[in-house]
Parts: sequence; structure tokens; C-alpha cells
Amino acid sequence: MTEELASISLVGVYSATAVYTIAFIAFTLDLAKRTAERSATVANPYVSASASASVGGGTAVLERTGTTVDAPAGRSKWVRIAMSLTVLGWLLHIAATVLRGIAAERVPWANMFEFSLTATAIIVGVFLGVQFWQDLRYLGAYLLGFVVLALGIATVNFYVDVAPLVPALQSAWLVIHVFVAALATGFLALGAGLSVMQILQARREASGKGARFLGTLPDAHRLEMLAYRLIVVGFVFWTFTLIAGAIWAERAWGRYWGWDTKEVWTFIIWTLFAGYIHARATRGWRGTRSSWLAIIGFAAIVFNFTVVNLFFKGLHAYSGL
Amino acid sequence: MASFRPSDHVDAERDADLDERRAAPNQPKLDFVGYLRFAWRQLTSMRTALLLLLLLAFAAVPGSLVPQRSADPNGVVQYERDNPQLFPILDALQVFDTYTSVWFSAIYLLLFVSLIGCVLPRTKHHWQALRSRPPKTPARFERLPASTTVDAGDTDAAKAIEEARSLLKGQRYRVEQYGDSVSAERGYLRETGNLVFHTALVGILIAVGIGGGFGYSGQKIVVEGRSFTNVLGNYDSFNPGRFFAETALDPYTLTLDDFSVAYEEENLDAYGQPIDFDASVTARTRDGGEQQSSIKVNEPLRIGGTDVFLLGNGYAPVITVRDGAGDVAFSQPVPFLPQDSQLTSVGVVKIPDGLDEQLGMRGFLYPTAIELESGALASSHPEDRAPTMTLEVYTGDLKLDDGQATSVYALDITDMVQIAGRNAPAETLVLTPGDTIELPDGLGSVSFDSLPRYISIDVHRDPSQLWVLLFALLMVAGLLTSLFVPRRRMWVKAVQTDAGVRLEYGGLARGEDPNLETAVQELAREHSQRLGLKVDR
Repeated sequence: MTEELASISLVGVYSATAVYTIAFIAFTLDLAKRTAERSATVANPYVSASASASVGGGTAVLERTGTTVDAPAGRSKWVRIAMSLTVLGWLLHIAATVLRGIAAERVPWANMFEFSLTATAIIVGVFLGVQFWQDLRYLGAYLLGFVVLALGIATVNFYVDVAPLVPALQSAWLVIHVFVAALATGFLALGAGLSVMQILQARREASGKGARFLGTLPDAHRLEMLAYRLIVVGFVFWTFTLIAGAIWAERAWGRYWGWDTKEVWTFIIWTLFAGYIHARATRGWRGTRSSWLAIIGFAAIVFNFTVVNLFFKGLHAYSGL
Repeated sequence: MASFRPSDHVDAERDADLDERRAAPNQPKLDFVGYLRFAWRQLTSMRTALLLLLLLAFAAVPGSLVPQRSADPNGVVQYERDNPQLFPILDALQVFDTYTSVWFSAIYLLLFVSLIGCVLPRTKHHWQALRSRPPKTPARFERLPASTTVDAGDTDAAKAIEEARSLLKGQRYRVEQYGDSVSAERGYLRETGNLVFHTALVGILIAVGIGGGFGYSGQKIVVEGRSFTNVLGNYDSFNPGRFFAETALDPYTLTLDDFSVAYEEENLDAYGQPIDFDASVTARTRDGGEQQSSIKVNEPLRIGGTDVFLLGNGYAPVITVRDGAGDVAFSQPVPFLPQDSQLTSVGVVKIPDGLDEQLGMRGFLYPTAIELESGALASSHPEDRAPTMTLEVYTGDLKLDDGQATSVYALDITDMVQIAGRNAPAETLVLTPGDTIELPDGLGSVSFDSLPRYISIDVHRDPSQLWVLLFALLMVAGLLTSLFVPRRRMWVKAVQTDAGVRLEYGGLARGEDPNLETAVQELAREHSQRLGLKVDR
């Protein structure tokens, strides 16, 4: 029974990855299409929409700003196809993850393969969720590209058969600590994506050169602010991960902090994002410089999950490989 | 009003002094105090804090690349063996003690000095701000980051201001009326949270630095059926904090009644993987109380102000050695160290007295022994289903008498001769429980009596732990309020013009406030509604 469910789950993972790949292509086509549309109409909606809201004289003219500014120019059919495919892929992905959990009779994030599976599902979930708040569909190509790569590597290189939990992992903190870490990763991934866009956009604004789809994106300042707001949420989750991990470490290993390699990297990442938040409040560090910090921070997260897990010796040896 | 923020904070108001000094053509020479002040200003600036933060992140990296003495002392020894040239250089740089090294400590101490230098004046300023009135209404709203106007026609200015006042008050602003305008401020909690967060960080540092010194941790191996009493001499290893006094030990006794392990039996992909460790112990406290409990991984036993953790386990075969006349020279359980997941274990027996010669034995234990094609033994399961022990026997000088500390798990054979084993005339001894084998040359005999398990326990006392947790929770609370509570000032002004009353609305954010613009627009809209003005949407 366990093996059957696990193999059905694996089929789900393959299907989700395939659907995500098509969605990734559609998102990329959307970016290309935006370029084409823009070159046809030569209109940047952000210039007019972000004009001053102060209007004097006559009866009051009250513009609602902030929420509608980001209406994208290229509402191409590709972006709608891409989003539909992402939702479809996500449902398959969730089903595969839940099946894996049922097969193992526990939470599906106890080894590297399972964590990759769950974390990418959460990352896509965060991506879909934030669309209700802001239209960030232009990050779709970046985010799904990342998720497809992660799922591919996880299934090819990290796959392990279902195994029961070793005693050290038998704790309620496994559910909380790891889940929140994945949630933080989702927000920080989007923040890093926006920071990449910010850097490209700022370069384009300064030199007038750069990828043309950038013309349909918010201006660099707004991209930076959106990145900040997502990263701040991710930072709070990361702080929580760190503290929950310390509480768990105290129960399992008898000390709340021991500079284990994984603890070190969690601390480094926390410090980098604390640095990012301070950079956003320091003259001369706003803009591109702080964006680089956000990207370095996210790179450290990826490093922490891959290189530290596989090659560094430490107590967090749960990869199952 | 100075904000007491670091001068390079994006929200810092321009420092008039600094501007003046820059503008002055003849700068007065800085005296010693001036230099100190300058240095202090540099240290407490945002830029310095930021650089120190990034430096701290960077400085933490080496500690993850090489083993640390605190977390992995054996790894350090191994590293020295593998890299004999590089080791002394890295060791001189304190890389193996990264997190207590001079350079790492210097960075975080400077960071904390910078932090305190920033937090103290801001706390004072915030305390004053909490008790002062919202600031005067600025003359021109156009300069504010968010502003809007509404033509209110013949609305009564005083009534409009009164209405704005109650509206803002309802939105939990602190309000103050200045003539035909109202000034409001909210979100003091943002700065409070910020200060709480940073103060809690200092609290964690102090709790760890000082409180940790009163604690201790010790390790002890306990064999099934045996006891451990919490006094200093009983520990196998012991790490006292800086301010530790022996009286801090509460002399309770733990008896390991039974240690049971459950193994995965059904899932063939994980067959033989342990899924539960359960140590049943009887705890006797000093006052005579007795209590049965169990210690598991993730479920430590809290007793006598300490936490007792189950950290490891293995087998401790009971070995008896008799001399040629049949008198017992040695008889006790010998903890063997597990080498792999099937619990193939190695152990050492040293018998300095009681026999004609000093005797040493190196043993391998296979809990479920199988014979490989090569003829060598191996273990196929960690449970003792078919236990077999092999012993190589040496005679000679055990080197226990020269006063040097030696490991009980290592046998120094430089001055010893193998009398049974691969390089000796007699074969390696192979025993199963109950077996007795005669030693060569009428030296005596060796018996494998039984195979109890042992556990290694870690006893911890850390009085600072609760404080660290408390400060960590305060940190989260402070972080949440400082990041998500918007701090903003709002002004509403009624201006008489030829065309009637014009209402002006202005907003100013302190810190990140992405919704400021919306908030000003919303205020204007709600205010207009209350005044019964028709609003063009």
C-alpha cells in the first residue's frame, strides 16, 4: 500500500513538473508578447497612473491610488494560459505531496526529496496567493523556472523511498519548524525575484537600455517597495523558524544553540536579511544595493538547502541520501 | 526637533550643526573629545551598523567550513590528521573556535555597542515623544509625500476641523488642534517595537553571556541495571560554566531499569531502522522520593533543576577474565562504541592488575553476526539477534602508570605483544554470550557473560535558558510591531479662500509606510462624507 501510494505520488510529481514547464514557457512568451505590444503602442501605463494625486480646484477629485497602479499593460492571452496552467500544476503538486504524506503516514517533509516537494508547493502557493494582493504575474517565468529546476533535481537526485521517521525527527516541531521555513522561503524567493527586476529596471531607467518587457513593469522604486514588503514577511517567518528550531534543538539535542552547520547558515541568512532591512533605512544603500543584498540572501537560502545539506557535516543530517 | 536617529538614517532630519560645520570655511580643529565624538558618531551610524551586520554574516562562514571544537571535537582531531600543514595556521587564526574567537567576538561586540549607542538616545527621545503633543501643522502641504485638497464651499471651518478631530481620534490617532487645523500622529508602537526588538537582542546576549556561566553539562554512560548519581566524580566528561559551583549539583540517582529499541519490520526500504528509543528509569531524589519515568529522544527528563537527554546508545558486553587459578581478575560491562547503523561496535578491555602480565584486548561486536564470503564477520541488524564478539589479546605494558590521561576506548600497543589474533600464533577469540575461552600460555580465561545495552545521557543545567526564550519572544513581538505598524502624521487644515473653505489634507510617514497615500485619500473621503460633501469619484 505504502509503495503504491508513493508511486502514484511520484506520477503526480512528474505531471505537475510537466504542467509547470508548459506554464513556464507560457510566462516567457507573455514577457516576449508584452515587449511586442509595447513596441506597437509605445505606451507606458505607469507614467500616467502614478502621476500626483493632489488635485486642487473644482469639486474634489479623489483618486484611489496604490492598489490600481499595477494594472499590467500586456494582458496577453499567454499570461492567462500560464496562470491557469500554474493553478492546474499546483493542484497536481498538492495532490502528489498529500499522497506522499499518506503513504508515509506523517508530514511529507522528512528528507530532502520530500522537503523539496513540499517547499516548492508552498512557494507556488505563495506566488498564487500574493496575486490577490498585487499583480506579480510578471514574476511567473522566474518563479516557475526555479520550481521546475528544483522539482527536477529533487526527483532525479534526491529521491528516496518512504521511510519511517528516525526518533530525532519525531516531534511536533518538525511540523511547525520546517513548514514555516518553507513559507519564509516562498516569500523570500518572490522578494529576490522582485529585486532582480528592480536592478534591471533601475539600469534601464538610468541608461534607457535593457529588456523591453521591463517597460510594462512597475518602476524601479515601486518594485523595490514590493520586494521590501514581501521580504519583511519572509524575515518574520525566518525569525520564527530560527526560534522554533532553537526550542526543538533544546529538546532533541539538549542545547538550544550549538553552531551546527545548519544553525550557522540559518543565522547567516537571518543576518543578511537583517542587513537588507537596515540597508533600506540607510542613505546611499536604498535601491540597487539593497536589492543585491536580497538576492545574496536568497542565494544563501538555496546554498543552505543544497550544499550545506549534502556536503557539510552536521546534526541536520536528514537528507536520507 | 532632532530625531535622535543615526545621521545617515533615511528618516533622519538634517542635522543643522553638521550642515553649518560643513558650510564653515574655517573648520575648527577637532580636539580629543571632538575626535571621540566623531568616532562615536561613526560607530552609531546606520552605515557602520549595516557593515558590521554584513561582516558578522561573513565571519560566521568559516565556522561552517571546518569542524568546531565546541560541536565536533573529534572532527577537529581528524582535520589535524588530514591537514597537518594547514592546521596550525588555521588554529592560530582561531578558526576551530570561530564563534568564541577574538575576531568574531570583536565584530559582534562592536555591533552591540553600536546598537546600544543607537537605542539609548532613541529610547529617551521616544519616551519624550510619547508624552508630547503632535507637532505643529506645517504651512505648505504640497511638500509632504502625500497630500490632497477638497473644496468644501460654505462649510463651517470650525465644524470641519472638529469633525476631522473626532474622525482621526476614532482611527486611534493622538490629536491636537492648532487654530484652524488639526495635527494627528499614530503608530508610536512602531518605534516602541523597534526599541523592544533591539533591547531584547541585548538581553539575549547578556543572558547567554552571564546566565550561561552558571550552568553545566555532563555526559555519562549508564548500562542497563546500573545507576548514576548526579555528583561531580561520576561523570565521564563534564563542562562547567564560568561561575559553576559544585554545590549546584543536586545529588539525585537514576537507575536504568530497561532500554528498549523498536525497529522497522515491515517497510523493506527501511528494514532495521530504529523507530523508537525508550529508556525506562527510576529516579530517586535526595528527599527519598521515587519516580518511574522514561527518557526518549525529544522527550528529556526534567529532574533536580536539570534536563537529562538521551543522546546515544550501544552495547556493553559483560566480560569476565579469570587468572590461571580461576580467580576473577576483571568482570564488568564494557561499553562498545557503535561504528555503523547495524551497530557493529568496537571496544577495549584493559586489565593492569590481577594477572601475571598486563593484559589488553581489542574487540569487535556484531549484534546480528553473519559471515561474508571473504570469511569476515559483519552485522546485518542492529538488534542482538545473533550476537558475536571477537577479541584480539595483547600482553605487555598498557602504559597506564606514567600519569598521562588515556582514552578508555583506545589501546596503545607500542609496548605490547599480540598473543591471540591475526598476527599471533593463537587465533582471534570468537565468543557468543555464555562462552568461555582459555587464553594461550595458561594465562587464564575470558568469558562473554551477557549483553546488556547502555545509554549515554547528557545532563544539562542552564538557568539562562528561560531568559533567552523570553527575550526571543519579545524580539518577535517587537519585530512584528516595528515592521507592520505604520507610524504616520496626518494634518487637516481649513483654509478660507474667496470661493469658500478649502480643506487640505497632508500625511507624513516615519519609516516604511506603503499605504500612506491611500490613508490620506481615505481620510479626505471619509471626512467629506461626514461633512456631507458631494465627492467626485
